[in-house]
Amino acid sequence: MSRLTGGLIDRSAALSFTFDGRTYQGHPGDTLASALLANDVRLMGRSFKYHRPRGVFSAGSEEPNALVQLRRGARQEPNTRATVAELFDGLHATSQNRVGTLAFDLMAVNDLVAPVLAAGFYYKTFMWPRAFWEKLYEPVIRRAAGLGRLSQLPDPDAYDTGFLHADLLVIGGGAAGLAAALTAARSGARVILADEDFRLGGRLLAERDPLEMPVPDWIAALEAEFASLPNLRVMRRTTIWGTFDHGVHGAVERVSDHLADPGGRVRQTLWRITAKRTILASGATERHIPFADNDRPGIMLSGALRAYANRWAVTPAAHVAIFTNSEEGHRTARDLAAKGVGIAAVIDARPDVPKTEYRTLHGHVTGSRGRLGLRSVQVTAAGRHEWVDCGALGVAGGWNPNIQIASHHRGRPVWDEAAQTFLAGPGGPVGLTVAGAAAGQGSTAQALASGARAAVAALADLGIAAQLPALPVAEDQAPDATPLWHVPGKGRAWVDFQNDVTVKDIALAHQENMRPVEHLKRWTTLGMATDQGKTANVTAIAVMSELTGQPIAATGTTVFRPPYTPVALSVLGGGDTGPQFRPRRLTPTHSWAEAQGAAFTEVGPWMRAQYFPRPGEATWRDSVDREVLAVRAGVGVCDVTTLGKIDVQGADAGAFLDRVYANAMASLKVGMVRYGLMLREDGFVWDDGTCARLAETQYVVTTTTANAGTIYRHMEFCRQCLWPDLDVQLISTTDAWAQLAVAGPRARDLMSRIVDGVDLSNAGFPFMACASLTVCGGLRARLFRISFSGELAYEIAVPARHGAALMARLVEAGADLGATPYGTEALGVLRIEKGHAAGNELNGQTTAQMLGLGRMVNPKKDSIGAVMSRRAGMVADRRVLVGLVPVDPAHSVVAGSHLFAEGAVQDTDHDQGWITSACHSPHLGSAIGLGFLEDGAARMGEVIIAANPLQGQQTALRVTSPHFIDPDGGRLRD
Amino acid sequence: MLIPHPLLGLRDASEFTYLGDAALLDRPDGMAPDAAARFHDYVHLRDNPAGLHRELWFHEQGDRSWLVVTRNTLTHEILGAELARDVKTGGAA
Amino acid sequence: MRYSGFKVLREALTGHKGWQPIWRNPDPQPAYDYIIVGGGGHGLATAYYLARTFRQARIAVLEKSWLGSGNIGRNTTIIRSNYGLPGNQPFYEFSMKLWEGLEQELNFNAMISQRGILNLIHSDGQRDAYRRRGNAVMLSGADAELLDQAQVRRMYPWLNYDNARFPIKGGLLQRRAGTARHDGVAWGYARGADLAGVDLIQNCEVTGFRIDGGTLRGVETSRGYIAAGKVGVAVAGSTSRVMAQAGMRLPIESHVLQAFVTEGLKPVIDGVITFGAGHFYVSQSDKGGLVFGGDIDGYNSYAQRGNLGVIEDVAQGGMALMPMIGRARLLRVWGGIMDMSMDGSPIIDRTPVRGLYLNAGWCYGGFKATPASGYAFAHLLATDTPHPTARAMRLDRFERGRPIDEKGMGATPNLH
Repeated sequence: MSRLTGGLIDRSAALSFTFDGRTYQGHPGDTLASALLANDVRLMGRSFKYHRPRGVFSAGSEEPNALVQLRRGARQEPNTRATVAELFDGLHATSQNRVGTLAFDLMAVNDLVAPVLAAGFYYKTFMWPRAFWEKLYEPVIRRAAGLGRLSQLPDPDAYDTGFLHADLLVIGGGAAGLAAALTAARSGARVILADEDFRLGGRLLAERDPLEMPVPDWIAALEAEFASLPNLRVMRRTTIWGTFDHGVHGAVERVSDHLADPGGRVRQTLWRITAKRTILASGATERHIPFADNDRPGIMLSGALRAYANRWAVTPAAHVAIFTNSEEGHRTARDLAAKGVGIAAVIDARPDVPKTEYRTLHGHVTGSRGRLGLRSVQVTAAGRHEWVDCGALGVAGGWNPNIQIASHHRGRPVWDEAAQTFLAGPGGPVGLTVAGAAAGQGSTAQALASGARAAVAALADLGIAAQLPALPVAEDQAPDATPLWHVPGKGRAWVDFQNDVTVKDIALAHQENMRPVEHLKRWTTLGMATDQGKTANVTAIAVMSELTGQPIAATGTTVFRPPYTPVALSVLGGGDTGPQFRPRRLTPTHSWAEAQGAAFTEVGPWMRAQYFPRPGEATWRDSVDREVLAVRAGVGVCDVTTLGKIDVQGADAGAFLDRVYANAMASLKVGMVRYGLMLREDGFVWDDGTCARLAETQYVVTTTTANAGTIYRHMEFCRQCLWPDLDVQLISTTDAWAQLAVAGPRARDLMSRIVDGVDLSNAGFPFMACASLTVCGGLRARLFRISFSGELAYEIAVPARHGAALMARLVEAGADLGATPYGTEALGVLRIEKGHAAGNELNGQTTAQMLGLGRMVNPKKDSIGAVMSRRAGMVADRRVLVGLVPVDPAHSVVAGSHLFAEGAVQDTDHDQGWITSACHSPHLGSAIGLGFLEDGAARMGEVIIAANPLQGQQTALRVTSPHFIDPDGGRLRD
Repeated sequence: MLIPHPLLGLRDASEFTYLGDAALLDRPDGMAPDAAARFHDYVHLRDNPAGLHRELWFHEQGDRSWLVVTRNTLTHEILGAELARDVKTGGAA
Repeated sequence: MRYSGFKVLREALTGHKGWQPIWRNPDPQPAYDYIIVGGGGHGLATAYYLARTFRQARIAVLEKSWLGSGNIGRNTTIIRSNYGLPGNQPFYEFSMKLWEGLEQELNFNAMISQRGILNLIHSDGQRDAYRRRGNAVMLSGADAELLDQAQVRRMYPWLNYDNARFPIKGGLLQRRAGTARHDGVAWGYARGADLAGVDLIQNCEVTGFRIDGGTLRGVETSRGYIAAGKVGVAVAGSTSRVMAQAGMRLPIESHVLQAFVTEGLKPVIDGVITFGAGHFYVSQSDKGGLVFGGDIDGYNSYAQRGNLGVIEDVAQGGMALMPMIGRARLLRVWGGIMDMSMDGSPIIDRTPVRGLYLNAGWCYGGFKATPASGYAFAHLLATDTPHPTARAMRLDRFERGRPIDEKGMGATPNLH
């Protein structure tokens, strides 16, 4: 065991966990990484390309190496950073990206041929012979690619979405963030403090005595005060992963990732936090210093070594060495020595090496040994080489502020020559300021003060007065910085650990003129691993700058993009999966139809009754044929509520509709209905429906189901944006009225039985009449004599809550008339038989002329789309709607087939149209179809070929009128 | 994004439906002799500026008013929003 | 320098000392016969074909940033030729044929991978529309297959079949479709153009056009004036900005499209899948990341970044379609500027200014078109006649009433 004394772990409880099948013990407060180190496990993973053995490199979310598969079964979670995985009892983890065991990974052969796999190698080979890429090379590459594995099972956990609002959001709960939150919360402002860790304190937890009092005491006092402030919300285990426009932030709270099982709670919550001001106090990430073979397990960031010792009371080895270019390394050495860890040596790159109680050498680390874990490092000092035995090496190369979130908008980081770091530049998110180490304020005292100052300033912006609080006396030694970007040498020196990008790869990119940072990144895959280059990018930019001789400031950075750390797709999806993916809109008769045993189908957001099977019917076709014939012979009832309904009222309602519809509506008489054709402003057909004039100043118009929302929006656009001078008001009443179609030769008989005292005779209520009236003894209703089926038909509307009762009453009252409920399938057959256009014909590519409705576009008035519908290309389109029947009645007609003249070559150039809709017509006893055909009107009786190469079909069809039934319209008028 | 609705205050952009350039307010006269050319411009051509853009948003999940929003297409900063009806009639209510 | 496995091996053994710059960094000459504005995929491909296939010389590509810095470097890498309309389909099939021989032609492995695209079907109406489209694809000489649910289930057993809001009823499959490594395409064309003598000039922004009596004379740039015989503009999302300098207003709006990639995962999704009832499409890269996307954010933008609502919407679509990806983590989301045209289809045409040519309006489908776009634009520049597969892609088609509107959405760019 490599446990030290102290630390913020609870030794009173033991947690059992497994890694690669072996069982270990840890304590509450441990991460998987700290617990593995405590059990002397240094080897935790393999790198992406060369499969090099890797151990933990950091103590935070920047971890590039220690990635594991956490949990098992459907909860298996690939690529989890052991450094942030909170330990729980029963935790199950396995290593990944290996063939064989972690210690003996067969894929490590890649490392032997590493010179071949240099940056960009795959762009230069695998090209011959051509077929081999897909058959051989790519399958091999794909198998080798990736890190962890998905279980291929649906995620069993629940997720949630929430919304929060604040005056001030503080990102990060370290010294600066705590000071900012305290300052702001005391002012009474609404404050949210979010931190990715499970314990507040940030870097304070990793240091030895940074404050005058013990850190846990100070934080405990703060937390007590925080708990008493209702205007402050502290969100632990919460990562702000992206900042969006106008103060909107994406946050993920890991509600139960620290538990073996969520136990009825959600696993994670996606929060959308809208904040007027934001303080980014996200700290800094330590830089490493690339040297030859710097990637062995045991080599890690110096600050991480310190964090493991101070916070987690663990050291990866009994003897450690430090490689530093500043006081930072000595701080680590002193902290570890204080815990009884042996300091083999501190290798300090600075010429003036301080006097220390441990061995200090001026020089560089230039190599390392140890196949699966560090055994020794080579130190080169004044030209002399020496091997120093150690089980771990801490590398301290300075600190890079965590400014990713400040750069999620247009602002690019700017190089600060004095601080030798990139800092947040101008053009960052509006309302966001950076504080603490993220702003280059490196000492604890600086961080505290800058956080408090930032809070006062941010709130002053909002007109809220906040006072600087009394802050504890803190250490005030800012990290000095004379960067050592890398140790030159012949060996491979890793810059990006996970993706195996070395200094040599950067040099090769330079040699091949892939010098702009974006080319460098893309050519070498630098910074494209799961850590997004948090420990690699700045170093790589510096190395490239050294090679080009251009200053770092001119070299620039790549663009930071969300998320700050990777986010599970489950939580981004918010948990509304499966049937909950989208709301289901139900018609007023839905429950009634369900009780009748109806089959349902999705129609946009709606569920509609598709058909009503009866006992003895073997297939859906049997049911649909019966329903269609029942309508043609007797009477059928269908719920058509889903059609959009818009109530149009006002003195100028008629004038308004004249401009919205292609045909005239102002001339419509009160009590009458007219078919209406609506164009888009570009002249193509948008929608059709009926327009009923209920009163001098009131119309009710219908739209297709699909366009109900868009047409309403468009009409509001016309009303508010084009013609606000017209006296007209609109309201959508789609959901307010249940509407039922009652169709068939006995429809009048049926309607007469429920309508209260209105003469429904042909003279009294002729075709296209409409009226407001009552039914069933006083229920208010609207009656329209309109027909989609070609039969004598009505549509009756009643307040939506009475829809189901009306449906039941109609079927019951019409039992002797053969009243039959019918669904969308029969509705479709009936309209195809009648030759009415529907969604398949009105697909947004259709002109009025193609529908045979060209003359409806009234040239005497200005209406939406009229002018553009007269464009030459549209007028010249010779395709028109025709009916199609198979020459051999046994053959089928398939929608989506393309139409060709008999004997014509079947290719794009000879294409004459296509079949839009098709069905079996029980009325005709054969298949029928509708389609658009060039010069169709002049080709009645001609035999053409329907080509459906997709399904290997060629069918001879005869061109007919699209009105298969009652072409003169006698049925619906009588 | 948050849109400062002139009647309702700051509302999330997800409540709105976007249409495009507020030049769509200026529909030409369809009966004018040069209507064809003017409608082509009106329907199809856009300034598409990188910078300030006056544009139409519909408060579909709200009060159903059409707004003219002035927004910077480079930064997404919103400088103001007016009722389209007011813009069209030339005066704020 | 010719690339090959042998060369890679030899360099590996000799310390990689022999690799030459992939392209030169020339300074601009005072005059060129052809200037291509825009060093993205389309501009680089145009320069390549102009030099190699059409045997023209004195060609420069002017790029305001780094080569491949536009949408070629940030897209979801899908290639396909399954369009429905005659104005489009032959063009995209021509592009597919060029893709199929591209790596050998360019001597650069762009990892073109024909693992198929599957468009899922969720309703009868959608099946009818896809059948029309699939047949159009086959009639143009390309491949398409209509699958029923059982066939889809065999390909992708882990899709959500039984517990879905919008059940999967089948799919339209194009096996020759797939993906290509986007940067590799840009670099392959850039290297090919450079080897053919084209000057690729980075960090050179066009700031104006010198036009004399309706004829173009040259371009003003951040690196000085450059005279030109003909200038072809291929700048995608920046089209309106650049062409405004020539006094033109265009049927184009610039919109932001977000795209997404997860952490690297062992292979699980073989081909490309599109979810017709949600806003989601996905493939898995050779590196292991799930690459996916959805709809554009829907408002004019030059910001190259989008907003949270669309990220949630796209993730919802993904989770609804394939709930097994839930434990994968999003690694990176980025935004590109799309040159959305008024009918959703591109423009490859002359302009009213003599000597000035336009290649634009690619919406979010420009990547797959890269080879044909470059070829057809080079054809137009070199011969002043449109390429046979790009004849419909005229600038005046809106005025003439000949839009190429695959989705039938009309002149509303954010709906295409």
